[in-house]
Amino acid sequence: MATPGRALPQPTPETQHFWDGTKANELLLQRCGDCSKVYFPPRPFCPVCASRNVSVTKASGKATLYSYVIHHRPVPGFTPPYAIAVVELAEGPRMMTNIVDCPQTPEALVLDMKLEVTFEPQSDTITLPLFRPAKG
Amino acid sequence: MPHNTVAVVGAAETTRLGVIPELSQIGLHADAALNAMADCGLKPKDIDGIATAGETPVQLAHYLGITPTWIDGTSVGGCSFMIHVRHAAAAIEAGLAKTILVTHGESGKSRVGNPPRTVHPQSLNGQFEQPFGPMGPPSMFTIPVLRYMKTYGVTEEQIAQVCVVQREWAAKNPRATFRNPITTEDVLNSRMIAYPFRLLMCCLVTDGGGALILTSADRAKDFPTKPVYILGTGESAETPMVSQMEDFTSSRAFRVAGPTAFKEAGITHKDVDHLMIYDAFAHLPIYGLEDLGFLPRGEAAAFIAARNTAPGGSLPLNTNGGGLSYMHSGMYGMYALQESVRQMRGVAPAQIPDAKISVCHGVGGMFAASGTIIFSNQVP
Repeated sequence: MATPGRALPQPTPETQHFWDGTKANELLLQRCGDCSKVYFPPRPFCPVCASRNVSVTKASGKATLYSYVIHHRPVPGFTPPYAIAVVELAEGPRMMTNIVDCPQTPEALVLDMKLEVTFEPQSDTITLPLFRPAKG
Repeated sequence: MPHNTVAVVGAAETTRLGVIPELSQIGLHADAALNAMADCGLKPKDIDGIATAGETPVQLAHYLGITPTWIDGTSVGGCSFMIHVRHAAAAIEAGLAKTILVTHGESGKSRVGNPPRTVHPQSLNGQFEQPFGPMGPPSMFTIPVLRYMKTYGVTEEQIAQVCVVQREWAAKNPRATFRNPITTEDVLNSRMIAYPFRLLMCCLVTDGGGALILTSADRAKDFPTKPVYILGTGESAETPMVSQMEDFTSSRAFRVAGPTAFKEAGITHKDVDHLMIYDAFAHLPIYGLEDLGFLPRGEAAAFIAARNTAPGGSLPLNTNGGGLSYMHSGMYGMYALQESVRQMRGVAPAQIPDAKISVCHGVGGMFAASGTIIFSNQVP
């Protein structure tokens, strides 16, 4: 699925740590030092209590399949049909991603199935966090 | 406090709906605005407030020759016009303007003077959604639905029924784009767009526009049109990223905007004679019926499949045919408002006899924002 041409993110100062993390094969979330909320997407304050006392925390990479569509129309960098998925991380936050190493069919993509993160380099600077069925 | 001190006195759509390559986007705004002014006998010099989305209110004020004392450029997608009506009602009550024009025009099909939508790669959407292959609303707005279906045991057949019922309403409407009857099988056999969504579960793409003119209820009596009063209004926002919705089976923006409007209007669900729920895709009426409190969670799909919202049913819904069959230029909310006004005036093609209260509920973006307007034709 990593054919050239898909839209790539451009990090901002507030998100650079996340993309540095994926490049190093780490999925980084943030945790509030005051209310303990673990959150995504990145921002330099807690979206629950507005505290600026936040830190970066490494996620386990474990997730479950929360919802998805299987897209049947052509998009640069993708070969239809392909799933556009939202996964729920073990730490709580949800994120959009693609599911790899798995047939892109309703039969194979079962809600709540266990997934694990895998990192797919797209350019010198950008590595995307994708998910695949958990092993074992 | 009920907003029954403000009324819609002018309302019109563009002269034509559908494919209109001879008008640019601002031209569609203007065509609708001129029609609405003609509807109530006003000229641009009589308008002192303007609200719009898609184009800026500055563009429209200049183009139409209006000198405003109040402008609103709230642009949060297809429910922007519900929110304009809400803001306009508050502005008229506060004395900021006396006669407010709300315009919509969109060259959604022909794309004349309508710049392409882009997602900036530094935005949150650009960084955390766009890289995973979505292409606009059909592949994004639909993402929560499998979770809804699993949670409540809803089937693809039930979702298809939404489209079948709305086509029945469209068949009664000479201006509807699609009027031929369809069956559940037709929907389920139509081309797959983004599983579980098929072509007939997705809205049209057309050109068109609409405009409303609001003034105080006291002045409304002096106009040639039947006043349609604003009973209650609500608005809210949740997230620009569908992946970050709190609950994939329900819209927080709906759950705030809808009840706010009901409380302001001082009505209960049993008082509602006519309902519009913005249907960019077939699941929207299902989410809307539940989040506005008409039904318990998980029951709306069966309610629609049992023909309760169909012609002759207890809760007439999307009586113009909706975004699925009537028209959908991209920001459909204005057309839902127009149908509510027609129903309250008693002039809708599929008129609900003796309808006195109409609820019009809009969505913006992909569950990103919401606006609700409750209309009445009863003198306050």
